[in-house]
Amino acid sequence: MKDFSTLRGMSAGLAQGDFSSVELTQDHIARIQTEDTHLNSFITVSAEAALEQAAAADKLRAGGDTRPTLGLPFAHKDIFCTDGILTTAGSKMLSNFVAPYDATVVGNMAAAGMVSVGKTNMDEFAMGSSNETSYFGSVSNPWDRQRVPGGSSGGSAAAVAAGLVAAATGTDTGGSIRQPASLCGITGLKPTYGRISRYGMIAFASSLDQAGPMTRDAEDAALMLSVMAGFDPKDSTSAQRDDAWLGKMTTDGIAELDQPLTIGLPEEYFQAGEHMLAIEAAKLELEKLGHSLKPVSLPHTQAAVPVYYVLASAEASTNLSRYDGVRFGHRCDNPQSLQDLYERSREEGFGPEVKRRILPGTYTLSVGYFDAYYLKAQKIRRLIAEDFDNAFTDVDLLLTPTAPTPAFKKNQLTDDPVAMYQQDLYTVPTSLAGLPAMSIPCGFSQGLPMGMQLIAPAFREDLPLALAAQFQRHTDWHLRRPGQDL
Amino acid sequence: MSQETPETPIDVAHLAGLARLALDNDASAQVAADLQSIMAMIDAMRAVDTDTVLPLSHPLDAVVRLRSDVVTESPDPQHFQRHAPATADQYYLVPRVVE
Amino acid sequence: MSWEAVIGLEIHVQLATQSKIFSGASTAYGAAPNAQACNVDLGMPGVLPVLNERAVELAIRFGLAIDAQINLYSIFDRKNYFYADLPKGYQISQFETPIVGAGQIIVTPQNGTPRSVGITRAHLEEDAGKSVHDLYPGQTAVDLNRTGTPLLEGVSEPDMRTAQEASAYFRQIHTLARYIGICDGNLAEGSMRCDANVSVRPTGQEVFGERTEIKNINSFRFVEQAIEYEIARQIDVLEAGGRIHRETRLYDPDKDETRSMRSKELSNDYRYFPDPDLMPLTISEALVERIRSELPELPDARCARYCEQLGLSASDAAAISSDIDRAEYFDAAVTAGANAKQCANWIMGELSAYLNKQAMPLSASPVTPTLLATLIARIEDGTLSSKTAKTLFDALWEEGASADVDDLIDSLNLAQMSDDGALTQIIDDLIDANPKQFEELRGGKDKMLGFFVGQVMKATQGKANPQQVNEIIRAKL
Repeated sequence: MKDFSTLRGMSAGLAQGDFSSVELTQDHIARIQTEDTHLNSFITVSAEAALEQAAAADKLRAGGDTRPTLGLPFAHKDIFCTDGILTTAGSKMLSNFVAPYDATVVGNMAAAGMVSVGKTNMDEFAMGSSNETSYFGSVSNPWDRQRVPGGSSGGSAAAVAAGLVAAATGTDTGGSIRQPASLCGITGLKPTYGRISRYGMIAFASSLDQAGPMTRDAEDAALMLSVMAGFDPKDSTSAQRDDAWLGKMTTDGIAELDQPLTIGLPEEYFQAGEHMLAIEAAKLELEKLGHSLKPVSLPHTQAAVPVYYVLASAEASTNLSRYDGVRFGHRCDNPQSLQDLYERSREEGFGPEVKRRILPGTYTLSVGYFDAYYLKAQKIRRLIAEDFDNAFTDVDLLLTPTAPTPAFKKNQLTDDPVAMYQQDLYTVPTSLAGLPAMSIPCGFSQGLPMGMQLIAPAFREDLPLALAAQFQRHTDWHLRRPGQDL
Repeated sequence: MSQETPETPIDVAHLAGLARLALDNDASAQVAADLQSIMAMIDAMRAVDTDTVLPLSHPLDAVVRLRSDVVTESPDPQHFQRHAPATADQYYLVPRVVE
Repeated sequence: MSWEAVIGLEIHVQLATQSKIFSGASTAYGAAPNAQACNVDLGMPGVLPVLNERAVELAIRFGLAIDAQINLYSIFDRKNYFYADLPKGYQISQFETPIVGAGQIIVTPQNGTPRSVGITRAHLEEDAGKSVHDLYPGQTAVDLNRTGTPLLEGVSEPDMRTAQEASAYFRQIHTLARYIGICDGNLAEGSMRCDANVSVRPTGQEVFGERTEIKNINSFRFVEQAIEYEIARQIDVLEAGGRIHRETRLYDPDKDETRSMRSKELSNDYRYFPDPDLMPLTISEALVERIRSELPELPDARCARYCEQLGLSASDAAAISSDIDRAEYFDAAVTAGANAKQCANWIMGELSAYLNKQAMPLSASPVTPTLLATLIARIEDGTLSSKTAKTLFDALWEEGASADVDDLIDSLNLAQMSDDGALTQIIDDLIDANPKQFEELRGGKDKMLGFFVGQVMKATQGKANPQQVNEIIRAKL
């Protein structure tokens, strides 16, 4: 069997003529159709559209197009609008929504000649850390099907971990790329806020949402990032950047680090526990590679989860007002009045977790509470961002665990939303500060993969990518596959 | 985990009304309990001293970019309404509103 | 008991941009339903707003015209409420930090005294769509073409005391908005609409009474009628021992009454917060100064100049300056050498009458400011009489801008007779033909002078210079 486990590998095979993009795509679709029945990582497989894109890519290649991205299959999280293809955001509300336009990211991938084979499962409107809130059913972790893959980009993480695709897009609001990457043993990058356009990406919390790649290794993450990123005039929060290293990564891959790094270890992130052994081993490996480690402090870390839930719920409560049964999406039967149309369409269309976010969001924004909650949270957000600024005066990067635990059992946390929210403990501070952060596999705990998080200053995705690439050249955690001997 | 109750009970029915969510009685009790525990978790942030801190509304902490006043879209209602719940003659339809 | 009304207006001005405030769809009026509602206007999942720079510039222009502070830093907020024609479930508006701060204008109601009306603030926001209730049985039809049209909402202080003042204020803002070119001013198409906040209190009481808000009034007449009605209604309620409840009311011009709006009852907590899709708007001093330098001379300044420098009467100056097209026409004619007073008379008189008759805008007038200036010059130099001038004006109207005034005077034989000999001959003939009347004149009956002058004018088809005729006849006495 050919190795379709990385984009770079497939790119080389396509370039050498080992196989065509159509063959590659057919193989992917066949595998998804047989193997995904156990995982439920896809909501939609768009075979017809994918084969058309693949045929077009083969034709371009025959015409002399040698772009490394041409004809590579991947999957989109079902949060990106795809013109003419079902786009559900994991919700009953949008279970019939065929988007009338393409997200900028979707357009960017298509323009690079990449082939989307389908749309991956996710927590409803990206709200969740276990992929159990999806209207389309929970996703299984390929390492242990009784366990969750993490969320909200759990479908993308499971699909990549299981080798159904080498890469998938994800989105991260408070950890939704990094936590499932950690729980599924893959590489996930949440870029700097503003790096990748949010246009056409169904909004959860606008000031936090950021798309990013989910892949097997850092090299593929770099390739995906270079295609997904770019200034977009349709997104007022898109950053106008001119980072030469970014474009170079498409063709040349990740440049090697030219000097050792000083890596900060925030004391607030390291708690004793057996599953922390993997992180300890990774620290030793990094020192062996010549990097120096240094303790730092991010004193406002404990406030991050409450602050995050105030801001994210508030933004979500109004972002989700457009789902009213009038222009698209679910509408209740026989509405008796406009009021009835709204209330029943929304009651029926949204699942419990979405309502659990809309109500506190509505509460904290309402008259009399705004200053105590929303404004207060914005102030602490500044303190959290300043914590990082201070740390980066001393160190190049920060290293932390990605998630507090390895993959947990399905239904284990569903009755305790507050405990579930603690899954985001190590990922939300960077989201609040808008910083790039990456999770890469660093070992196992009781047979389950563990990830470590690398956090960089704004717009310095090159640093964690380079460090991760170096780490992955000297370790093989990222090569481990479910079902193999560990 | 410790869960303190906020000082005043939250009026879930009022919030659901503002958010246009019809909650039946069974769901309502569970939602109220969840909401109380989430707000208790959130109240932990009250401990942070923010007296001299300016709010940060956006991670980029930048200013808005403007576009030039040019018509770039020529929308096709057929395209946008293909999957709309109820339309007639290019209008969206809702139950009669009495003003 | 006598009552005093307290009135404040919120005026929504649709800004004259090509595209919408946050999307690239057209703002043109009158398209087929939803044909100008793009995915951003429809609030499709995943769409994002991008602010139109022209809307910002027009808002600044208004701020400068009302002598207001321009806030160099302002914020767009979401105003959350559900309504069928509000696609996102929130309106992007400005709440605590609007682009335009406090300003004021002078308002002069008809037969009233000028009053300064404070404008608390003006903020940018997006317009909502339209609901049509009578097209389909049991259904409301929603057209989202208007969604996203830029609005500038100016909020007045509660400075007005009568419906006439409120109406005059609305007119004044309308004049100003058209003057500075930020709005086409088309009330029938909803380009300007206002909400009126009305309360009454016993005369002499300091504290305001509870107010009601009358929504969506789109004519000067309706503003006055709606407020008159509402004041009377509130006084009736209070005098009957009742209480006024804060509520939103709708004015029905057909029945000439206001009634409570049930559809707005539920929305009272708008949960404003900064829109996370839009970062704060900052404006440079340089931009403000550029816009200031591009502002036309404003009506008040113009009016004062017309009175003080050009000697127009207060009413003429006000009438000419109140309309930008008229004022610019007037200025052009005066620059071309026209006598200001005469020019004002011609514009308000003959020119307005011709334009009205043909429902033609001043900008389309075939008689250009230069032609009018030349015509006036020919009156002043005695070539034309007031009567032949009107004949000439009619000819100029037909000929249009390419006409040559002096050629037309020649070809139509409109020049006054100023030949003493010829006039003397005509007068002598008339004296011979009317000896009795001449004797009466000679006997001191001055009225007869008019008779002779009239006869001369008749004989000369109005071309004689009446002054000259007078002199010749008097010499005969």
